[in-house]
Amino acid sequence: MTMATAQDVAAHEFSAVVTAHRPQIFRFLLASTRDVDLAETLTQECFLKAHRHWAGFRGESTAMTWLMRIAINLQKDHWRNRRMQFWRHAHTNSVDIDEAGEWLPSNESSAEQKVLAHERVTQVWKAVENLSERQRTVFLLRFVEELELSEIARATGLNEGTVKAHLSRALAKVRSELGGKR
Amino acid sequence: MTFRNQSELRPSEDELLDPALQATLANFRLSVHAWADAAAARPRPLRAVSPHRSRLWRLAAGCALGCVLLAGSVSTGLYQHHQKEIGIAQAREAEHQRQLAAARATQQARDEEDLLAKVDSDIARQTPSAMEPLARLMSDDETR
Repeated sequence: MTMATAQDVAAHEFSAVVTAHRPQIFRFLLASTRDVDLAETLTQECFLKAHRHWAGFRGESTAMTWLMRIAINLQKDHWRNRRMQFWRHAHTNSVDIDEAGEWLPSNESSAEQKVLAHERVTQVWKAVENLSERQRTVFLLRFVEELELSEIARATGLNEGTVKAHLSRALAKVRSELGGKR
Repeated sequence: MTFRNQSELRPSEDELLDPALQATLANFRLSVHAWADAAAARPRPLRAVSPHRSRLWRLAAGCALGCVLLAGSVSTGLYQHHQKEIGIAQAREAEHQRQLAAARATQQARDEEDLLAKVDSDIARQTPSAMEPLARLMSDDETR
């Protein structure tokens, strides 16, 4: 295989990876930041970084896990930089919890059930907001992206036991937030 | 809501998800998916930068930078000039002080010389008491 052909194949493969996983990465970043513009920017950065290091991807984990790991690191860097530069950007574009909870598909039968479901989803958002960074990441990967614990462990760089512990604490907080709302 | 591997969510029995919590988490997941789908599908207006406006900005930025550089170089020149003038004034003052000191020293030396000369002459004209008769005789001779 010539060099040019190999490059074409790699570019084609990467293009397929982007098409397949972009929605998931964007969704995770959106749920983490509640900021559409920021989620889009970080998604772009994630794939730019992935493209630069695509040749070094050995397939030891799935492309999804690898991309998610990059996204998690980018998100961490973003919050760290923001904390360091708080005097530069005092405002945030994150949408309100109530607004975030409004995107509930209307599967409920009655209006009352809809209101109740909306209220509960808002309570979950509130609990998610109060989680630590790691707990939030693990919670979102498990309950929004439906990754398995082993995949979450690979994406976060934690061992499975730690992932379980974070998930357990996150669930406890969500339960506590929902406690009075059942 | 059915998770792909429900058993993984149960590190212990107390982690069991009750149906109400499962339903809430399923709704949460659906809401995030719906939001993300809507956000991804939203029309994104391209913010095209007009080349004319961009050129104007570049020109304005260039002018501003030029002004800053000019102001900087002028103020540096003025500062250096000012410093040089101060140095010259200080040198002049020092020279003036030196000349004054020299004149004072010369005057003092002259005064001392005059004083000594006066003292010498005064001493030379004074006649000791033992020589007084002789001195009188000499003055008598002179009058005669």
